[in-house]
Amino acid sequence: MQKAWIEKMYSLIKDTLLSQVVTLWGVFKKLFVEADTVEYPDQQPYMFPRWRGRIILSRDPDGEERCVACNLCAVACPVDCIALQKGEMEDGRWYPEFFRINFSRCIMCGFCEEACPTNAIQLTPDFEMAEYVRQDMVWEKEDLLISGCGKYHDYNFYRVAGKQISGKDKGEALNEAKPVNVRSLMP
Amino acid sequence: MALEVGSGLTIGLILGTVIVVAAMLIWVERRLLSFWQERLGPNRVGPFGLLQVVADMIKIFTKEDWVPPFADRVSFVIAPAIIMTVILLSFAVIPFAPSIGVIDSNIGVLFILAMASLGAYSVMLGGLSSDNKYALLGSLRAAAQMVSYEVFMGISLLGVVALSGSFNLRTIVEAQEGMWFVVPQFVGFVIFLIAGVAESHRLPFDIPEAEQEICAGYHTEYSGMKFGMFFVGEYLGLVLVSSLITVLFFGGWMGPGFLPPIVWFALKSGVFIAFFILLRAAIPRPRYDQLMSYGWLFLLPLSLINLLVTGAVILSN
Repeated sequence: MQKAWIEKMYSLIKDTLLSQVVTLWGVFKKLFVEADTVEYPDQQPYMFPRWRGRIILSRDPDGEERCVACNLCAVACPVDCIALQKGEMEDGRWYPEFFRINFSRCIMCGFCEEACPTNAIQLTPDFEMAEYVRQDMVWEKEDLLISGCGKYHDYNFYRVAGKQISGKDKGEALNEAKPVNVRSLMP
Repeated sequence: MALEVGSGLTIGLILGTVIVVAAMLIWVERRLLSFWQERLGPNRVGPFGLLQVVADMIKIFTKEDWVPPFADRVSFVIAPAIIMTVILLSFAVIPFAPSIGVIDSNIGVLFILAMASLGAYSVMLGGLSSDNKYALLGSLRAAAQMVSYEVFMGISLLGVVALSGSFNLRTIVEAQEGMWFVVPQFVGFVIFLIAGVAESHRLPFDIPEAEQEICAGYHTEYSGMKFGMFFVGEYLGLVLVSSLITVLFFGGWMGPGFLPPIVWFALKSGVFIAFFILLRAAIPRPRYDQLMSYGWLFLLPLSLINLLVTGAVILSN
């Protein structure tokens, strides 16, 4: 009876005092550990190249717009934040007459980039897109279009695709075979 | 007017310093807590974030000071004033240095215990007058906690009183000329430390205002400067308990002569303030019934045994 009481008191003191002292010392040691905080505006964090941030429209190596207004990005977009209208140039190229992204809806999922057949629409590591007026979150084509190629430096859709434009007939694209006369039986 | 005990200049200086220190503690606590949690804390307003207090004060003064329509207006308004008044009054008997203090009361220890008991009215009135479930729960808990921890807070001090033979805090400090009372009264010191945390209801004993369980407890309905008074009152209580520990167990202003006595007092109190913040950073909150049984079944007998042993040693000498 008495022995059990002594053991109970001993474990009580051990649990209530000693363990608290150990805890206090462990936390006190953190005073000499460097903080994990990144002081953001002064100290920029490293952004990974594949980060899905602000959406841009890129140009091909010749400086022409890559976008062919196929509407696949607008279809893929789960929040329907992309709107565009197809136009056609005199040489037969397609281009968007307007291209509008509502960034107040955009969830930066990157589906538009995956859907794009011409590598035109791309996501960049920029994330500082805050605005004071909601209307300013809607970006037009001239805001989205950049002067460079983005992530793909030597891709030009009209050079590799079979689409016929003035100055490039059927079969003249890169790695494209000459058109076959389907009415002929001759090999 | 000279800098002596009880002069108007001294009283004004003590009052101003205590309130400014309590306000600055808001910044000190946030900064220290964040260091112990591997963060940086508020460091953007002014050098090292020192002006954070000013920003907080501007914010709290310009906030809407709202009294809920269902609250009991009179007691709702006086409740936060009680805690400020009571704790500021307690500072009257604290001897900061040989010539700095407000009064030399012969019942200093009793006065402080009495004021601590009155402080319970503040949280009780605040909680009851709010007419809010969480506030009611908080004030119930606060009342039970403060009443039960006051019991052995007083008993743990009796050892010191017996050793020095006086209730006068200045005499108690002077009696520690040879040896600080923390050596013969170590158990009393530990009990007083724990009771002090519970009395100022700071973490880990902030059960009356545990925000994870009962919102903000007794000050759920308070806003603006009325909340600010509860908030600063908590830090005033922290300063009071720290300076009491310094006075009662660590020789008050005494220290090697290369620093003035008031600096020794401030340094010793500062260490205890930092320790209380460390307690907050490290130790989780106990359950309510654990707190009560820990107090009544463990600390109360321990303080009684401590008192008995102290008395026996004094008698045998």
